[in-house]
Amino acid sequence: MTLVFPKQSLEAFPKHLTPAYRSTVKRSPSKPLIVMPHTLSELTGPVYGHDAIQEHDNDLTRQGKAEPLGERVIVHGHVLDEDKRPVPEALVEIWQANACGRYVHLVDQHPAPLDPNFTGAGRTVTDKKGYYKFITVKPGAYPWGNHHNAWRPNHIHFSVFGHSFLSRLVTQMYFPGDYLFPFDPIFNSVAEEKARARMISTFDLENTVPEWALCFRFDIVLRGREATPLDKDEH
Amino acid sequence: MSDITPSQTVGPFFAYGLTPKGRAKWDPDGTYSWKETVSDNLITPDVTGDKIKIEGCITDGDGVPINDAMIEIWQADAQGRYANPRDNRALPNAKFKGFGRSATNKDGVFGFDTIKPGAAPGLKGQMQAPHIVFCIYSRGMLRQVYTRMYFPDEAANAADAILNLVPTDRRQTLIAKKESRGGQTVYRFDIRVQGDNETVFFDI
Ligand SMILES: [Fe+3]
Repeated sequence: MTLVFPKQSLEAFPKHLTPAYRSTVKRSPSKPLIVMPHTLSELTGPVYGHDAIQEHDNDLTRQGKAEPLGERVIVHGHVLDEDKRPVPEALVEIWQANACGRYVHLVDQHPAPLDPNFTGAGRTVTDKKGYYKFITVKPGAYPWGNHHNAWRPNHIHFSVFGHSFLSRLVTQMYFPGDYLFPFDPIFNSVAEEKARARMISTFDLENTVPEWALCFRFDIVLRGREATPLDKDEH
Repeated sequence: MSDITPSQTVGPFFAYGLTPKGRAKWDPDGTYSWKETVSDNLITPDVTGDKIKIEGCITDGDGVPINDAMIEIWQADAQGRYANPRDNRALPNAKFKGFGRSATNKDGVFGFDTIKPGAAPGLKGQMQAPHIVFCIYSRGMLRQVYTRMYFPDEAANAADAILNLVPTDRRQTLIAKKESRGGQTVYRFDIRVQGDNETVFFDI
């Protein structure tokens, strides 16, 4: 299988400079990026197998002495390439605020309580079908200083490794129907509505566990497709 | 038309999830209990080659150090081989992954312990000069930026196909400065995200 990584695939990504998200103003390159062909250095990337993680690393409700407070949720889905083929053995790492919208991170000064039973960090490796699963609690919304009365929608941060350094992705997963979407410059940095929708998980009643946890599905599509596209219509 | 999942910023709070020990190394108060998967020390017991340190400061458009950035590096081993199935040449140092991750400290400084990479294959059968791929993430970056670090005093730099894509007057932003500290070789690689002497970033 030879994968290619067309640059057009990145069109849905946010622009480096997105002034509504204030921190981008001084942290975005001002000179044009140098277009370069892909060499072995870009076409390869780190490989992390199941030995990189420990059992229960994907269960954020079992890291403390007792269960964390909040709404218990299952977050699961598949990591796929652009031809919708599974990406097996992909390292998926997450971090998130607790149910009150507070991160364990020392710099987080939001005056909401920490939960002694919740760190908010998890990781897993996808199986042969590209499938991953986390058990956690639904993160709360939190304020941030970007503009007056700025609040982030509920989200879980995701870091994903694919077949090469070109498919490396850091993103955020959102929850369906969030009332903060229209006001969040980070979510709206993705200009196209359809592309924004790909960052929103779907409520998964079928896999919701009765009397125990709600379930959300979040499929992640990484860069990389067959060298000869199967579907000519897409061009 | 593609339908990949869009990128979003790593935000300011990734450290306890992605770099719990690296952060602690710089900032003794920053120790998080989460076990680290990827470290800023790439050296494995089986690795051969010249051991080096890489250190640099990352600054924003005002020259202010970025104290909440994460740098990832990807490199070949001393023999120029990548630990990835796409590079199917045999690896003598099977445990060397060639991948590292470092969070910047309060002063915007990141660092790695690794080995100097060898020359890896490039375009059309040519070899590339030794280099390390850098990927930078931080609050205020909605998508990662890629750059490359090259080594000074490498004759191969002059013929490197990628380095030659860069205007001559900006090429020096990609070449580390060699320093020596207590008998150890340190390559200094400062990254300026924006402004005067802005580091060259690649559209890949
Ligand atoms: Fe966040």
